[in-house]
Amino acid sequence: MSTRLSNSGRLLNKGRAMNFTFNGKRMSGFEGDTLASALLANDQMLVGRSFKYHRPRGIVASGAEEPNALFNMGEGSKFEPNQRATTTELFDGCKLGSQNHWPSLEFDVGAVNNKLGRFLTAGFYYKMFMHPRPLWKHVYEPIIRQSAGLGKAPKDRDADKYEHFYAYTDVAVVGGGVAGLQAALVAAKTGARVLVMEQTAHWGGRAPVDGGTVNGEPVDKFVDQIVSELETMSNVTIRTRMMGSGVYDHGYLLGYERVNDHQPEAKGPRHRLWRIRAGQIITATGAIERPISFAGNDIPGVMLASAVRDYAVNYGVSVGDRTVVVTNNDDAYRTAIALKNLGLDVPAIIDARSGGAGALGDEARALGIRVENGKGIAKVKGYKRVEGVAICSQAGEGAVLEEIACDAVAMSGGWSPVVHLWSHCGGKLYWDEAQAHFRPDVDKAPTGAAGEAFVIVAGSANGYLDLAAGLADADAAGKAAAKAVGKKVAKSDVPAAEATDEAASEAIWLMPQGANIKLRMKSWLDYQNDVKVSDIQLAAREGFESVEHAKRYTTLGMATDQGKLSNINGLAILSDALNQPIPQTGTTTFRPPYTPISMGAIAGEARGEIFQPIRKTPIHSWNEENGADFEPVGAWRRPYTYLRDGEDRHSAVIREIDQTRSSMGLLDASTLGKLIVKGPDAGKFLDMMYTNMMSTLKPGRCRYGLMCNENGFLMDDGVVARIDDDTFLCHTTTGGAENIHGHMEEWLQTEWWDLKVYVANVTEQFAQIAVVGPNGRKAMEKLTEDDISAEGLPFMAFKDITLAGISARAYRISFSGELSYEIAVPASQGRALWDALLEAGAEFNVMPYGTEGLHVMRAEKGFIMIGDETDGTVIPQDLNMQWAISKKKEDYLGKRAQERSYMTDPTRWKLVGLETTDGSVLSEGAYAVAPGENANGQRNVQGRVTSTYYSPTLKRGIAMGLLLNGPDRMGEVVDFPRVDGTSVLAKVVDPIFYDKDGEKQNV
Amino acid sequence: MSNPVSALQGAAYDGYVKVEELGLRGMITVRGNLASTKLKNAVKAATGAAMPKQRQISIADEGAVAWMSPDELLLLVSYDKVNEVIAAFEEAMAGQHFLAVNVSDARAMFRLSGDKVREVIAKISPVDMAQDEFNTGDFRRTRMAQIPAAFWMADEQTVEIICFRSVADYAYGLLKDAAEPGGEIGIFG
Repeated sequence: MSTRLSNSGRLLNKGRAMNFTFNGKRMSGFEGDTLASALLANDQMLVGRSFKYHRPRGIVASGAEEPNALFNMGEGSKFEPNQRATTTELFDGCKLGSQNHWPSLEFDVGAVNNKLGRFLTAGFYYKMFMHPRPLWKHVYEPIIRQSAGLGKAPKDRDADKYEHFYAYTDVAVVGGGVAGLQAALVAAKTGARVLVMEQTAHWGGRAPVDGGTVNGEPVDKFVDQIVSELETMSNVTIRTRMMGSGVYDHGYLLGYERVNDHQPEAKGPRHRLWRIRAGQIITATGAIERPISFAGNDIPGVMLASAVRDYAVNYGVSVGDRTVVVTNNDDAYRTAIALKNLGLDVPAIIDARSGGAGALGDEARALGIRVENGKGIAKVKGYKRVEGVAICSQAGEGAVLEEIACDAVAMSGGWSPVVHLWSHCGGKLYWDEAQAHFRPDVDKAPTGAAGEAFVIVAGSANGYLDLAAGLADADAAGKAAAKAVGKKVAKSDVPAAEATDEAASEAIWLMPQGANIKLRMKSWLDYQNDVKVSDIQLAAREGFESVEHAKRYTTLGMATDQGKLSNINGLAILSDALNQPIPQTGTTTFRPPYTPISMGAIAGEARGEIFQPIRKTPIHSWNEENGADFEPVGAWRRPYTYLRDGEDRHSAVIREIDQTRSSMGLLDASTLGKLIVKGPDAGKFLDMMYTNMMSTLKPGRCRYGLMCNENGFLMDDGVVARIDDDTFLCHTTTGGAENIHGHMEEWLQTEWWDLKVYVANVTEQFAQIAVVGPNGRKAMEKLTEDDISAEGLPFMAFKDITLAGISARAYRISFSGELSYEIAVPASQGRALWDALLEAGAEFNVMPYGTEGLHVMRAEKGFIMIGDETDGTVIPQDLNMQWAISKKKEDYLGKRAQERSYMTDPTRWKLVGLETTDGSVLSEGAYAVAPGENANGQRNVQGRVTSTYYSPTLKRGIAMGLLLNGPDRMGEVVDFPRVDGTSVLAKVVDPIFYDKDGEKQNV
Repeated sequence: MSNPVSALQGAAYDGYVKVEELGLRGMITVRGNLASTKLKNAVKAATGAAMPKQRQISIADEGAVAWMSPDELLLLVSYDKVNEVIAAFEEAMAGQHFLAVNVSDARAMFRLSGDKVREVIAKISPVDMAQDEFNTGDFRRTRMAQIPAAFWMADEQTVEIICFRSVADYAYGLLKDAAEPGGEIGIFG
């Protein structure tokens, strides 16, 4: 059984106990524990069920590579699935639940899959559930979804806070082990700005556990010294609990800081995502130990040798009383020695190498540990826990020589450098035959814009597994990084570490070497996705020879651990099955993030009230307080209508229109785009921008204009006012302001840079209020002494006046067909004017109208709307707007395109008005059908509805649409089928339904 | 004449740095040839400040000038005086090709104050806020999270920010969120 030791635990504060629950069971640990060490201290070996076969699974590792110990954590708004026990610090009150079991962890129905394992091989799902097709949707998928999946999805909104942080540094160091610290120190000493991040809460990485001396002192003293030195340097930032998550182009690095995971009740963000721009990135990311593939290597109690050692030394936890060590290298001997020194029993070290170990082997023997060279584990005995191991000859096929009773197995299949961050942005790897791992090819680093390397790898991440070589490599990396960012590097000595005398490891991909199929079917490669040696071999036999194909077919390495333990073993097995060397098989692609990061960290501050910017006019708060039913228009929120008590949208819109047409209405038109175009060539420029002539406009007058892109299609419209000889004010649509501003700048900067024109976007400078309706003038006259009569301010003119004591510019323009003034005042006084107009208009029962009223009134007048009548494929000629296209001008944007044969095709659909014969309202976007069918067997069409409304003025449905030969078919009736199979008939009419002569707006 | 009001009418929040919406400030967008002596003189006459260098702001007693682009400046003057300043500017620049337009009402201004203003900015703007990289006199036209913004440091403990008026609410929410106690990073100084 696993238990707490009294005489060790360097990371624990045994003075502070912490309580937590696991599947409802109360347990306790200490401050400094990870969830994994706390569970082991409470003898909780079984932590979950495997994904496919529901086999009992225990903790395998002690770090980011852990595949099994993933938990549902917390409750309600603090619930999060897939929390990795080995990298999550224990906190008081933590609530854990195991995943992927039903009905309980101890008794799991799905474990019957284990008995069916013979049938549930690689590709089983692909093969089995293909046919018959309908069964997938209705039978297979629901059942598989029920039984599959790891964590539960959170149901409540996340209660925590997250944020981003933009950081800049010369050198960013990922990894706070001895290599990272040494590299950081030498780089910092040159004066470079250095940022060091360590994913755990502690500095030093593996070194304090693995031991050794630096400069004659124990390595943990060296770590303390170097950290305190870095802490005093003003050019250095060091952060723990921060993982280098991904390396991207141009020295961009993401750092994932878990600010408050260890103290969830603290104020502040839970996670902070650092968006770092670094001159050079040093990846001192260490190495990960590999499991060995032998039968039963997934039984709880079988663990990586380094993890067994970590739990004993760091957390004072023994995984078992009797631990058998199985290895292909010397490092695992350290585990045996550490356990023995803590008074625990190590019945044997099973060393697969016939030559055995170096000095560490002698040390182990001297402690009285039995060492068996050239041997392997035939199989592990037990189901929910290790009960013993059967020993065989590594060279054989698994004939059992002896059984050894034990309750834990510490395995080591060698070490793989963590090359992930090196590889994210294109760093290449090579296969080191002697050490049997992929390591960075330092001559093929990720490169920046000028082809320069921007990532440097250091220490065991670079394949230098022993302390002395690792420190030397890191020292060189730090110096190289400083030099690359332009710093002068002084000569300095590398800290002297004691070299160790270790025998070479031997590549062991399967144990025993000739394991039969029964053993291979119980030899796990990928714990999380339940992929075994036999699955990879099957994939190879079935032709999945590319490593990327084999990966996807078997799901090897596709789980949340992304194959940190399984990938190398898996591709070694694949290479063997394909009878080719490992480098020829290659690796799958390493992609960020290194381990999963929270969705909250990615979103950062963008949630709730500040999820996205909402633009508000100066009148917005009045709108909010007065029943505005908002709709988004660009990033603005505009009132669709203003609801009064008991009203629905429809009746509110009718009320607003009736009131406006009969007396007086107000519109908050502040969102309209307003661009100032100024300069001696402004007229010439606008003649190019608009289809009609603007240069002939007289100061003080307004003209409606159309704007097309260079392909001839309509992109915007609006009223242009000439302020003076050199200055125009161009109104754009609400959504078009920024876009048209950019469009104008584009042409001015890239094509017509010789034109003397400046453009400024003054949209937000002005609040703009439309005063609309026959009584509007009367109301305004109460507020001004200026002459705003038909003569003093005629239609399509503007005038600077003082209105309600505010300097205003009044434009006599109308989008409703009524007498209308659009009043522009400084935004800061917009609300004051609005209030004054409401008061002045009270006797006329003034009320504001929303965007729907605006739309209906303009449709009654046959005015087009960009985005309704146009969709990016419509030209002015389609809308019968030849009157707005100057024939005198030599050129304007879109002119040439509009002369193309396709654009001049007489069969292009053209704008008409539509009146339903029954008075009903046509559906949005409805098509008019024509006889016959097209090549796809669909009804032929001859037109479509572009705008359709109920007109309160005409008391019937009105619409505009584009129709084949439309203007020539006045009076004809066309057929608009509806979705329900019925049809609506509509008569083709003039699109101007109301006040055809325009008398009302011109009074 | 009604009293002009700023977007948030002086809203303030005491976080680990203080966030305040400032009242109205006179702002004039100027476009023209920044190398021209006439323009330099007109700018100086309008604000009392000299022509700023690229990505800088030049501050005098009665006004300031910020560099916005190779042919654009932002003049900061008293809100009451904008119209007269523009009129004088136009007179001084008569005959030149330029643009001077009042944008005072199109903007909102905020001030951050406290000893950790640098890191609050760095949470929402992609700008290197280290002392050696950004100081009084520096000016950035950049973004704050999802909106355009510009800022400078009035002194070591004070950042002044300009954004569009329509998104003042968002900007204020963003700054409050970044300044919320518990979010201290402690990275600059």
